[in-house]
Amino acid sequence: INSAFMMPSINRDFSSQSQPHNVLADTIDRSSDSFIQNSSKMESIMDQFHSHIRQVTGGGGEEAVKRHKSRNKLLPRERIDRLLDSSSSFLELSQLAGHELYEESLPSGGIITGIGPVHGKLCMFMANDATVKGGTYYPVTVKKHIRAQEIAAKCRLPCLYLVDSGGAFLPKQADVFPDKEHFGRIFYNEALMSSEGVPQIALVLGSCTAGGAYIPAMADESVMVKGNGTIFLAGPPLVKAATGEEVSSEDLGGADVHCKVSGVSDYLAQDELHALSIGRNIVKNLHTAGNEGMVNGFQGIISDYKEPIYDVNELRLIAPTDLKQSFDIRSVIARIVDGSEFDEFKQLYGTTLVTGFARILGQPVGILGNNGVLFNESALKGTHFIELCSQRNIPLVFLQNITGFMVGSKSEANGIAKAGAKMVMAVSCAKVPKITIVVGGSFGAGNYAMCGRAYSPDFMFFWPNAKIGVMGGPQAAGVMSQIEKSKMKKEGFQWSKEEEEKYKGKFIEAYDRESSAYYSTARLWDDGIIDPADTRKILGLCISATRNRPKQTTKFGVFRM
Amino acid sequence: ATDSVNNNSNRKIEKLLIANRGEIACRIMRTAKRLGIQTVAVYSDADRYSLHVKSADEAVRIGPAPARSSYLSASSIIEAAVRTGAQAIHPGYGFLSENADFAQLCENEGLTFVGPPASAIREMGDKSASKRIMGAAGVPLVPGYHGHEQDIDVMKSEADKIGYPILIKPTHGGGGKGMRIVQSPKEFVDAFLGAQREAAASFGVNTILLEKYITRPRHIEVQVFGDKQGNVVYLYERDCSVQRRHQKIIEEAPAPDIISDFRTRLGQAAVSAAQAVGYHNAGTVEFIVDTLSGEFYFMEMNTRLQVEHPVTEMIVGQDLVEWQIRVANGESLPLDQAHIPLSGHAFEARIYAENVPRGFLPATGVLQYYHPIPASASVRVETGVEEGDTVSMHYDPMIAKLVVWGENRAAALVKLKNSLSKFQVAGLPTNIEFLYKLANHRAFANGELETHFIDQFKDDLFVTQKDSASAEAAYEAAKHSAALVAACICEKERALLKKSPPGGLSVWYTHPPFRLNHQATRTIELEWENEYHDNKSEHLTLSITHLPNGNYLIKIEENSFSNLEASVTHLGDHDFRVEADGISKNVNLASYLTDQTEHFHIWHGSDHHHFKQKVGLDLLDNLETHQTRNRESASHPPGTVVAPMSGLVVKVLVKDGKKVEEGQPMLVMEAMKMEHVIKAPTSGIVSGLQVTLGQQVSDNSVLFSVKAA
Repeated sequence: INSAFMMPSINRDFSSQSQPHNVLADTIDRSSDSFIQNSSKMESIMDQFHSHIRQVTGGGGEEAVKRHKSRNKLLPRERIDRLLDSSSSFLELSQLAGHELYEESLPSGGIITGIGPVHGKLCMFMANDATVKGGTYYPVTVKKHIRAQEIAAKCRLPCLYLVDSGGAFLPKQADVFPDKEHFGRIFYNEALMSSEGVPQIALVLGSCTAGGAYIPAMADESVMVKGNGTIFLAGPPLVKAATGEEVSSEDLGGADVHCKVSGVSDYLAQDELHALSIGRNIVKNLHTAGNEGMVNGFQGIISDYKEPIYDVNELRLIAPTDLKQSFDIRSVIARIVDGSEFDEFKQLYGTTLVTGFARILGQPVGILGNNGVLFNESALKGTHFIELCSQRNIPLVFLQNITGFMVGSKSEANGIAKAGAKMVMAVSCAKVPKITIVVGGSFGAGNYAMCGRAYSPDFMFFWPNAKIGVMGGPQAAGVMSQIEKSKMKKEGFQWSKEEEEKYKGKFIEAYDRESSAYYSTARLWDDGIIDPADTRKILGLCISATRNRPKQTTKFGVFRM
Repeated sequence: ATDSVNNNSNRKIEKLLIANRGEIACRIMRTAKRLGIQTVAVYSDADRYSLHVKSADEAVRIGPAPARSSYLSASSIIEAAVRTGAQAIHPGYGFLSENADFAQLCENEGLTFVGPPASAIREMGDKSASKRIMGAAGVPLVPGYHGHEQDIDVMKSEADKIGYPILIKPTHGGGGKGMRIVQSPKEFVDAFLGAQREAAASFGVNTILLEKYITRPRHIEVQVFGDKQGNVVYLYERDCSVQRRHQKIIEEAPAPDIISDFRTRLGQAAVSAAQAVGYHNAGTVEFIVDTLSGEFYFMEMNTRLQVEHPVTEMIVGQDLVEWQIRVANGESLPLDQAHIPLSGHAFEARIYAENVPRGFLPATGVLQYYHPIPASASVRVETGVEEGDTVSMHYDPMIAKLVVWGENRAAALVKLKNSLSKFQVAGLPTNIEFLYKLANHRAFANGELETHFIDQFKDDLFVTQKDSASAEAAYEAAKHSAALVAACICEKERALLKKSPPGGLSVWYTHPPFRLNHQATRTIELEWENEYHDNKSEHLTLSITHLPNGNYLIKIEENSFSNLEASVTHLGDHDFRVEADGISKNVNLASYLTDQTEHFHIWHGSDHHHFKQKVGLDLLDNLETHQTRNRESASHPPGTVVAPMSGLVVKVLVKDGKKVEEGQPMLVMEAMKMEHVIKAPTSGIVSGLQVTLGQQVSDNSVLFSVKAA
C-alpha cells in the first residue's frame, strides 16, 4: 500500500464547533512546595487586603454615620444602590484612595466613584461621603473626582454627581485649588463633557458650598432635596461677616429658593428618596439616540457565554508573590476567559510574551501577558499583535507581570531599545479600549510597553500582591550603593560593610513601601486594588463600559526599523 | 336504560336555558353538556364577559346590572328561551328559582321548568301556609305565629305569648335576608319594621312570621327528590349549622353524630313533607334540631336545588342536576330508596368576598389573582369566576364553593384544611383564612356543631387584641413570610433580567450583582397590617444581601437575629421553590398594582400573608400635591363615620345640625340586598351629612360626622 494514501488514525475534523481545541491546559502543580508556599503567602496578603477594605466601607466611622442618618440621609453607597437598576452590578473605582496618605484617615478618599446602569444606561457616579471630613475635598479627593470624569468623558458615560460636600479642605488649599488638575478642573470637565453631549446631572443631597456650588450650577439638570440640600457661594457666617445680613441657610440657598426663585436648580425633591427617583427619571429621559447602543464596530456580544472551566477562586492562590519565581501567565488567562478558550497568536515565537484572542463575558478581547523578561522577539510580537487588534477594533487586555526588558551587551547590540520603542509606540497610539491588570511586578520600561498608567489605559487595576517601581528595591540599592561608594572613595573614605548594608537596607525598605499596591492605589496611580478572583468580572464590566466610545482610527507614529 | 321506560312522555330537553349566573350556571351547564344538551346563558350588562356566558353555547343579554331588571325579569328570560329555541329553563338557586309565578309562566309558554310544580313552590313559599300543611301532615313544628294578621300590635302580643328570644322572619324568600333575632320586647318594633322593609326590597312581599328562637339549635336539612310519577326519596341529610349572618358557610353530609334511626325518622319526615304538597324534582326540607332536647322541628322547604347540593352528590355518588333534568323529562327516579348509597363524608366551604373583621360585610373588588386548588376525584371547586373578574355589588359575593370528600369525617376534614390552605385568592378580602381557622377548631373537629358555633367560639376564631402570645407569633410569621417575599422578588427579577437585560447590557445584570470587595445589598420595604394592633400598618424593612453562592441573606432590621438565608428557584410564573434553614418548600407569590401600591400575596405551607409596598414617588414637584396626598392618607378626625362597604343609601333618618344620641340610627344602607344601619358613634351634633336618599356610596367614603354638642 502506498503510504501517501494512508488515512490518519484519528478523526481530525477541525471544522467541528462543539469540540474547541483551544482550551488552555491546567498547568498548576498543586502539591509543589512553591505552590504551597505561594498560596499561604497569598492568604495572608488577602487577609490584610480585606481588613483594609473593611476599614473604608464603614465610611467616616459609626458616630459620623449615625449623625448622617439622623438627618434622613443615606450613605453614598446606599444612594448609588438606590439609583442603580435593582440587581445590577456596580464597578467601584479606587476604593482605597487616600489609604495612609494623610495623618488622618480618609476612607475611599472621601468620595465614592464608579460605573453602573440606570434604566439600562451606563452612568458614572460621583458621590461625596459627608461622613468623611464633611465631604470636603482633599487633594486625593479632587484627583479621584477628576479621574472619574476622565473615564466618563472617554467612555461617554452620563455623569451623576451626588453632592454632599463642604467644598475644598481649606488647610490644604494649596494642593487643592490652584493647579491645572485641581478643583477648577471639575467644572471645566463638566463644561466640556456637556458640550460633547455627555449628560451632566447633579443631585444636591446635602450642602454644596462655595466652589462646590458650581457642580449643580454647571450641570445640565439638577435636583435639590428640600431641607438637606443647600447651594450658596458663601454660607450664612461668611455672609454676615461680609455684609452684615443675617439669614438662615435654608433661606439663603435652600431648595425652595433655587427651584422657585433663582433657577439654579430644576427639580425640588421632598426627601432624599424622592431626589434619587427624580435622578433615575432624568436618566430615563436622556435622549441619546444615535450614540446609544452603538456597539463600536465590535463583534457581536454573545450572551450565553461559557464560564472558565477552572475555578476562578484559585487566582487567590496562584497570584505570584515572589517575582523571582517563574510563573505561567496562561494559568491566569485560563481563569478569566470564556470557557478557558484562548487562541494563541505566535505561540512559538517571542515566548516571554503571551498574546492571543479570547472572549470575556461574551466580548471579544486581545490579551497580552508577560511570561518573563521581554526580549527583542517578544516586543516585536507584542507590537504586531497590538497592530492587529487596532485594525480590528478589538479591546486590549494587558496582564502585567514584568521586571523589564532584557539588559546586557547582547541585548543592546540586538537593538532591544528599538524593539521596545516599537511596542511603546504601538501601545501609545492604539485607539482601542485598553485595560491593564498588574498581576505581579510592574517594573521599568516593561511598565511602559505593557500599558502602564502613563499610557492612559481606560482602566488599570492592581492585585493586592502586585508591585510597581522603576526597578526592584535590591537592584536600586545596589546601583545607589555603588555610586555612593565610588563617591566616598573619591573623597578618601572607606565604607564599612555594615554601613553599606545599613544604607542598602534603608533604601530597600523605602522601595518596598513605595512599590506596594497600597502605596500606588492611595495616590490614584491606578483605579483600584481588586480581588484576583474578581478579575474576570471586572474585565467584563470594563470592556462593556467602553463600548460607547466612538470608534477611532489608529494612526501610528514612525516605527524605528 | 331508563329512557325507554318513559318514551311515551313529553319530548326530551335538547336545549336548556339557565336563568342564573355564576357558579351554579356553570355547574348546570357542565352536566347539560355531558348529557349532550345545548346550553343557553342569560346575562346582565355586568356579566357580559363572565365565565357562565363564555361557557354556554349561546348567550342572551337580558338587561342592565340590577337583578330586578335582569335575572329577576321573568319576561326577558322567557323571551330569551323562545328566541333561542330552548325547550326548558333551569332556574338554579336564588333569583326566580322559587318564584311560583315564573314556574307557572314557563308552563303557560310550553317551556319545561326544571324544578317542582308551581303549586308546590307556592305552598312552600308561603312560610305560614306551609307550616299549616306540615302540621296537618304530622310533621313537627316550632312554636310560633304564622297568621295573616300583620298589624304590629298583634304581632307584638303574639311575640310576647311565644316568649323571648324570638325570631322575626319574612314569610317569603330565604337566605337569612330580613331575619331578625329579638332578645327583649323593647327591641321588637325596630326589628319588625326593618324586616318588613328588607323583605319588601328583596322579595316584593313584606309579610312576616314569628317563631320561638332556639338557643342552641343545629340546622339539619334533608335532600329529597320526587318524580312526576309520585315517587319521593330522600338522599340523606346535610348539617348546615355553621353560619354567619344567618347564612351557611360550611356544610357537610351526612350530619355528624346522628344515629341511623334518627336519620331514618328525619328522612321520612322530609318525604312526608314533600308528598304533602305533591312535590317532584329536587327539594330540601330544613329542620331545626334542638341540641338540648334532641327534638327536631320542620322549618321550611326549599323548592330548588340548593347551594350545598354537592356535599350530597359526593356521598351518594349521583349527579343531582342530571336527576333534575331526567325528572323534568318525565322519567322516574333513577334509584329507589333502598338503593341510594351512603358513602364517606363530604364538606363544602363557601368562599366569599367579604370582610371578616368587619362583621362579614360583603366586599367588592377585582380578583387580581385566582388560583383555586386543582380539582380531583375527591376535591371539587365550583366556581363562576376567573382571574381578572370583578366581584360587583350587584350580586351575591360568593367566589366559589370548595367541596371535598373523604372516607370518613376526619379524612374529609384533613382534605378540607389542606384545600383551604392552597386556595389562593388576592385582590379583595375573602373568608378563606377564617374558614381555615374554623376547620382547624377542635370543637369543629369534634363535630360540636350548632348554629351559634361562630359566636360561641369567637375568642378562638377572631383576633383579640389581648392575646399577646398569638400577636407575637403572628408578627414572627409575618416577618418570615416577608423574608420569603423579598427572596422571591429578587429571584423573579433575576430571571427577568437574565432574559431581557435593560439596554442589552447583560454583563451588568449577572447574578449575584457585582460589587467591588463587598456584597450587593438592597432594601425592600413592606407594609403588613397587624390584626393584633387595630390593623395598624407595620413597616418591615428588609435588607437582602446577594451572597456569592447566589443565595439571598435576608435581614429584618429591627431584629438582626432573625436572618434567613434562602436559595430560590423560580419554577415559572408565580411558583417558587425556596430552601431555607434546611427545609425546601413550595412558595407562591402573586403581585398586582393598584393606585400607587404594589400588593404581594404569599402562600407557603398553610401560611398566607399580604404585604403592601408603596411604589413610584410622585414626580410632580409642587407641594400642594403632596399635602393633598397626606391629608387623604391621614386617618379621619374623631366622630367621622365612613361607609362600611359600597352600597345604596335607602334611608336618611337625620338632618345636618340635629342632635343625636350615641347608637341612634342615622342612615340605612343596602348592599347585596342586605340592610345595614349606620349608627351615631357618639352623642352630639350631626355635621357634614351630604349623602341623599338613593345615592350610591363607595366603600370607606365619609358619610357624616358627629361633633360633641
